[in-house]
Amino acid sequence: MARRDGGRSRVVVSSPTWAPTPPVKAGPGPSAVQRDRIAWRRRQTIRSVLIAAASTLVLGVALVFAVTGAPGWDRVRQSFFDPSIALDALPAVLDGLWLNVRLLVFCALGSLALGLLIALLRTLRGPVFFPVRALAVSYTYTFRGLPLIIVLYVMTLGVPGLRLQGMPSVLVLGGAALVLTYSGYIAEVFRAGIESVHPSQVAAARSLGLTYRQAMRHVVLPQAVRRVAPPLLNDTVALQKDVGLVSLAGPIDAVRAAQIATAEHFNYTPYIVAGVLFVLLAIPLIAVTDWVTLRAARRQAGR
Amino acid sequence: MTAPVLACRGVRKVFGPSVVLDGLDLDVAEHEVVALIGASGSGKSTLLRCVNLLEELDDGTIHLDGEHITDPRVNPDLVRRRIGIVFQSYNLFPHLTVLDNITLAPVRVHKRSRADARAQALALLERIGLAAKADAYPDRLSGGQQQRVAIVRALVNAPRLLLLDEVTSALDPELVGEVLELIRDLKGEGMTMILATHEMSFARSVADRVCFLDGGRIVEQGPPAQIFDAPAEPRTRQFLRRLSSPP
Repeated sequence: MARRDGGRSRVVVSSPTWAPTPPVKAGPGPSAVQRDRIAWRRRQTIRSVLIAAASTLVLGVALVFAVTGAPGWDRVRQSFFDPSIALDALPAVLDGLWLNVRLLVFCALGSLALGLLIALLRTLRGPVFFPVRALAVSYTYTFRGLPLIIVLYVMTLGVPGLRLQGMPSVLVLGGAALVLTYSGYIAEVFRAGIESVHPSQVAAARSLGLTYRQAMRHVVLPQAVRRVAPPLLNDTVALQKDVGLVSLAGPIDAVRAAQIATAEHFNYTPYIVAGVLFVLLAIPLIAVTDWVTLRAARRQAGR
Repeated sequence: MTAPVLACRGVRKVFGPSVVLDGLDLDVAEHEVVALIGASGSGKSTLLRCVNLLEELDDGTIHLDGEHITDPRVNPDLVRRRIGIVFQSYNLFPHLTVLDNITLAPVRVHKRSRADARAQALALLERIGLAAKADAYPDRLSGGQQQRVAIVRALVNAPRLLLLDEVTSALDPELVGEVLELIRDLKGEGMTMILATHEMSFARSVADRVCFLDGGRIVEQGPPAQIFDAPAEPRTRQFLRRLSSPP
């Protein structure tokens, strides 16, 4: 587009004042330019590490001073961070934690299996399966809407009241309540994964003669499960904390054990002990899933 | 004359208000290679998807080897086992290796032994020069390599008919050649094929017959030389003229 500025526009031809670009030396090994670049990057890396260390140190010292300098710090330290009470409460809290761990394994496997089953039931086609689909949908609506505590009370207090033969223990009933609630969420996570696989993948599978079910099993599900591994881990970590709620029905988990120890000592340190143990328990869980996800991504990328 | 492998009669397909296929007729004889040309949206891809029963017809019939395959009582899975289709965007399964992509259907659908399927797949990969990539995942392959694997995946079922849906449209120009070479080889082996394509020079050199689609119908068809050098229909002439001298 020509610019109109009263006919005074003029093409400015600048004289070549720049120096010619020097050639890069060819020869064995990296050129001088590249060696300079590598050295510069290395200096930059060292500099970033030093800056990060310094700023972390400053922030850490400031935090320590802010907390320990607070007027009530001595009182808080006595009632929350008493080493002797921590040591005293540790065996009971660990005992409780063992219950958490066993319940977690049972409930995690149970709700993953039930959740996957419900998600798959929703994908069934054909008029015969209409009631199954409807049931699966209402299941996810009901158990995602129902507060976990109410499910727990109904299962651990209501169901034993039926006085049926061979009634399982309160612990098993409490675990079942957790599985019922969490499989509702997990089913929706799986369903989101199934729906995230592009329809062209199903078209490709069907065009090869695979049935709908075979396409689901061999093409859609493997991709879906891989994609939803991180949100599934999230639900597992949430479950890890919720399994403790069975203590409402009697069994003593880590938090309940800490509560008992707190009442005995008139001191809150056992809660801190339980809290630290929960975090330690979550770390391997998170690390393992991160590793699994990374490995799958890497394998798929072929590196 | 023997019965055609594929016979389409009055095929109609509607998406909402737009009529994509409007009573289309097409016969494909054994060992024949038919090229479908036409502007985007003229119904080339839709016709191929209809033939593979990935779309349901709104009217008309399609017969494969004399069998009425668009009868709703026919099991589409059994029909698809006899027809191969290759898509514009390859659609390889990203979670499976190249070899597993190829052997999935033979093992799961045709219930062949894994060892047998692997041997056949490796032989086919060897032929297209990709045996070294057998254990790689699809995203480690170039577009041309992925598309050749997709073709092999469709071939391993020994289809009666191979449908190629703009298989070179997503490829860089320098990768188009290796895919077209493979298709030329298949023609040499007598594979019956329908290819929707924008590669006019390729359609001219490989096709036995070229069909120009417009408005959901075949407006003109005949040997490549006739269609490209002496088109009778004004719409064909207009389409080809626009191709040779883009605006």
